[in-house]
Order: sequence, then C-alpha cells, then structure tokens
Amino acid sequence: MKFTAKLLAAVLAGLAFSAQAADPIRIGSFLSASGPAAFLGDPEKQVLELYVDKINAAGGINGRPLELIVYDDGGRADKALSFAKRLLSNDRVDVIVGGSTTATTMASVKLIEGAGVPFISLAGAVVIIDPVKKWVFKTAHTDRMAAEKVMQDMKKRGLSRLALLSESSGFGKSGRTQTLLAAELMGIEIVADETYGPKDTDVTAQLTNIKGNADAEALLVFGFGQGPAIVTKNYQQLGMTTPLYQSHGVASKAFLDLTGAAAEGMRLPVTGVLIADQLPQGPQRAVLESFIAEYSAKYGSEPSAFAGHAYDGLYLMVEAIRRAGTIDKASVRDALEATEGFVGITGEFNFSASDHMGLSLDAFHMVEIRNGAWQLID
Amino acid sequence: MFAEFLQYVFAGLTIGAIYALVALGFAIIYNASHVINFAQGEFIMIGGMSTAALIGAGLPLWLAAPGAVVVVMIVGVALERCAVGRASNASVTTLIIITIGASIFLRGLVEWLMGKEIHAIPAFSGEAPILVAGATLAPQSLWVFGSAGAAIICLWYFFNRTLHGKAMLATSHNRLAAQLVGIAVKRVLLLSFALSAMLGAIAGIVITPITFTYSEAGIMLGLKGFAAAVLGGLGNGPGAVVGGLVVGLSEAFAAGYISSAYKDAVAFIIILLVLFFMPNGLFGKGGTDRV
Repeated sequence: MKFTAKLLAAVLAGLAFSAQAADPIRIGSFLSASGPAAFLGDPEKQVLELYVDKINAAGGINGRPLELIVYDDGGRADKALSFAKRLLSNDRVDVIVGGSTTATTMASVKLIEGAGVPFISLAGAVVIIDPVKKWVFKTAHTDRMAAEKVMQDMKKRGLSRLALLSESSGFGKSGRTQTLLAAELMGIEIVADETYGPKDTDVTAQLTNIKGNADAEALLVFGFGQGPAIVTKNYQQLGMTTPLYQSHGVASKAFLDLTGAAAEGMRLPVTGVLIADQLPQGPQRAVLESFIAEYSAKYGSEPSAFAGHAYDGLYLMVEAIRRAGTIDKASVRDALEATEGFVGITGEFNFSASDHMGLSLDAFHMVEIRNGAWQLID
Repeated sequence: MFAEFLQYVFAGLTIGAIYALVALGFAIIYNASHVINFAQGEFIMIGGMSTAALIGAGLPLWLAAPGAVVVVMIVGVALERCAVGRASNASVTTLIIITIGASIFLRGLVEWLMGKEIHAIPAFSGEAPILVAGATLAPQSLWVFGSAGAAIICLWYFFNRTLHGKAMLATSHNRLAAQLVGIAVKRVLLLSFALSAMLGAIAGIVITPITFTYSEAGIMLGLKGFAAAVLGGLGNGPGAVVGGLVVGLSEAFAAGYISSAYKDAVAFIIILLVLFFMPNGLFGKGGTDRV
C-alpha cells in the first residue's frame, strides 16, 4: 500500500515535471537497421541520432526539443507498415523521416497519406514521388536519374548500345524499368536484358551471354549489396573488356573493399559525399566537409552516401518546422513544399507542388574507380 | 558457341563441387544418426567468416584456413555435445528440428560477433583468369576442384581403409549390431559431426574468394546441397558427389540457355522430380520398413 502511494507520488511528480518543460517535437522513423538493407538503415539511424542530439544541444527548434522515435523494420515491408501504424496511432508523431528502401516506403505511404502527416522518405525509386503525393517527399536521387547520368556519359564516349544486367530485387527491378524508359528518351539501344538474383553466388552464365553479344558496347549493372560485387568479380574472371557501369547502389567504401582490383576502370554516378575533396569550393563542399567531420568524429568511419540521405531528410523537415513556426501538420507540409535552395548532402533541393524530390541531374557526379578510389571525371 | 558451353560447364562444376561437399556432409551425419543436419550450410558460412576474421586479425592465409577448420569443427562437436547428442532419445523429427534451431542460433551468433556486412577473402593464387578454348577459368576454381577432390579421396580412404571409418560404416548399417561387437556408437555420432563440419569448413574457405560470405550465406548453399544429397540418394557417398555436380551444372545451363531468373528454381524442381519418380535418388538403395 505504502509502495503504491510512493509510486503514485513519483508518477505525479514526473508528470508535473514534464508539463513544465516544453513539449518535444516528435519525429518518428522506421528504418531497415538490420536485415539485408542494413547498410542503408544502419548509417541512417546513426545520422538521425547524432543530429537530433546536436539540434537539442543547441536549444531545439522554436524553443522546443526534438524527440526521435526509431523502429527497426529489418527491411521487411509488412513490419514497416505496422511500425508506421504504431508511430501514427500510439506515438502520435508530428512528422516522419524514414523508410530506407522503396519497398518499406511504399508499404506505408498509403497509411501516412491518409493520416496527413508530413513524410520524407530516404529511399531511391521514382515511384515514391511520381505521381506526386500530397504528404510524401524524398531525399535520395531516383534510379531514373542514375540511368540518365550513365547514358549521358555513354554518349560522351560515343557509345549507343547498352547491355543491361539488373537484380531481381525491388531496387533492381525499378532500376530496370527506369533504364528502359530513359534509354528510349535518350536514343540508347538496349541490346541485352539479363537479370540475376540478389543472393546469387555466380553470375558468369549471364555475363557470358553478354560477352558473346557483339552488339553490346557497354554494360550497366543495376543492383545493390553483394550481387554487384560478385558481378564485378565475374566480369574480371571472364576477362571482359566492355566498358562497365554500375548504379549508385554500390557507392560505398565496402564495395571497393570487396571487389579490389576487379572494379578498376568501372564508372558509376555518385553523390558528393564520396568525393567531397574533389569538388570545387563552395556551399555544397562546406556542408559535406562538416558532415563528414562530425560523422567520423562520432562513429569512427566515413559516412556513406546513404547516411547523407538521412541528414537531408532530417534537416529539410526541421527547417520546414522552423519556417512554419508551428508543428501544425498542414503548415509544415506547405513550408516543406516551399523549400528553395536548401543545400544538403546530396545536392541543392528545390521542392515544388509538382516536384517532391527537388534534385537536378547536376547533383550526381560521374566517377571512375582508379587505384581503388573514386576519381571524379565530370 | 562451344566457348559459351564450356564457360557454363566451368561455372556449374565450381559451384557443383561445393554442393557435393555439402551433400557429403549431409550424408555422413545421416548415416550415423538418420538426422538431416540443417545446420550444414552454417558450417560453410562459419568456415568463410572465421577465415575472413582471422585474416583480418593479421594471420596469413595458410594459418587462417586451418584455424577456421578448427573453429568450425569445434562448432560441429559442440552442436553434437550440447544439442543433438543430449536429445538422443528423441525422435528423428525432433532432432532435425533441433538442427534447424541450431542453424538460426549460429546465424545470430555470427551476426552478433561479426555484424551483418559482407566479408571477403583474397583469392589464393591471384585473379588473372586462365584461358581455355575461348572460355575463362578463375584460378580459385582450380582450388575448389582440388580441395573437393582431395577431401573426397580422403573420405573414401577413411571409410574403406581405417578402423574408425569402418566402425562408422558398420554403425550406419546396423546400430545395435555395431554396439554388440564393441563399437562406441556415441563416439561415432560425435565423429560424424566433426567430419561434416570439416567438410563444410573446407567448402566455405575455398568458395568465399569467389562468392563472398555473410551471416546468411549458408542458407541457400545448405538447401542446394540438400537437393544434391536427395538426388544422389540420401546417405550415399558417390551419389552425393554426382548429385552436387548435376545440380551445379543444371543451374549454370538453366541460367545460360533458359533464363537467369529461374536459376534458383532448378535445384528445387530437381528435389520435387526425384521425390515423385525415384524417391531413393539415383544411387540410393530401396528402403524397407518392417511392419
């Protein structure tokens, strides 16, 4: 009895205390911090935690601290959906920044749209923002832009016939569709269209077909994780010389470590994070350098491009809340859509009613792998 | 045309040799206990992962590889001592479920110790491809063929020419009779897990430079190896080897000539066909049940 009374007193005291402090702004997130997409979700979670702490240390937003609520969906769309539900109905979050993969994002989009909560996705595919959804924004480049950037580079080299090897994962499938669309628009002929499984351990059969195809002037591999690394190894093993392109899905230090000499001469579109020291001086480079310094100081390794998506998502949202001066959901959404000239990690964002990604093709940089490092070529 | 055919053959034989080692691992434990050890794929994964970890710790390959074999054999023995052996009175189905549980536990343990990232081992003797009649062969594939061949020959010698091996064979034929003539059948079970773990470790170490490895890499290899074991006739040594090569080659040809999208389905279609039309596999003896 006595114990209960004490407990009650403690709870009441706690309530009184929290009512005195300013109510926090609740930022919800579901990320794939474990499972096959952990290389996306893990750094994204680290970045959100790091910068929410930093913003709170500097006094929060509009005099209110931020409260971050993160769930790990393990890369599974069904879990992402149930966590989105929990964020909306139990945690009653003000905004959502999350969704590491296209699949987890798309599983929750309908629910979030219905609830009318501003949502910034960190995933890649163009379907997230095309057609435009009122409450949904995204920070990452689309796969369509990656394909266009690759084809731009092919044209510069005078190549016009492309062999496509895509992964049978969500990322790879969407990449394949967008590559086929972009090819039609840019006058590139697709002369081979092969696929491989995300867990395949050997892709030499598919590559042999492409090697034997006399029409193929260049090879584009669309996938992420171990698959593209195995493709690169097999490419070397078959002694292939067709110019090799990969998507932004492999833009990480881990990929270079896995493939070693096999990736030499390969080209891919990347964001500024990987080549900050090769960019011209300016606001973009300054943002990148402070991000890389802060992330490395906290976690002891350099951030990947995916880490940058979380930074952009968080700051786009926070800036919108600051400008709105309230956490009224409709006002925050309107402020978000009015974002102009926001220089983030991935590039300069200019949202509009018809564009909820806000990046241009310039934000992608074509690099070639030389001596095991990224070398900017345009 | 022929060059492409040869290329598919190389790809099929390389992965087929690995499936053969996995299938042999299934066969040894099945013979000793009638248990299908679904943690067989995890032996491969741990073989590759611990080699990568030991190399990362600064050991040269010639030390890291035997070190990894020892690690995996300890895991195999521990699996028998702590889980399967303790439940020796349980039914075979229960024991199989125990091995499935153990495989999930081992994956979790490796994730906890080494994370979820993909790990690599450098190729043993360079990566410059060898040209053969227009097709190319990775030097590492030769290591795979060589190691698998050596392991198979050693196993044959062990089972046919040594007392311990003959004791294991005797136990697999008739457990009670073996016990009556003084064979320590409990030790046979332990030995079978150690041997299977060793085979898995060898497979994991030689294939990782080609395929990389991560905590879940063993699942698919284990299942394909199981398909190979079923195809050859469960518990049949030569059958396991032939089964492994057939599954590997059919996969490579399916990817090359039909469609790469259906590659993984091949192994499982083979299992279904075998179970429908020849339930004892290519080389298995007809089973008889006393009613």
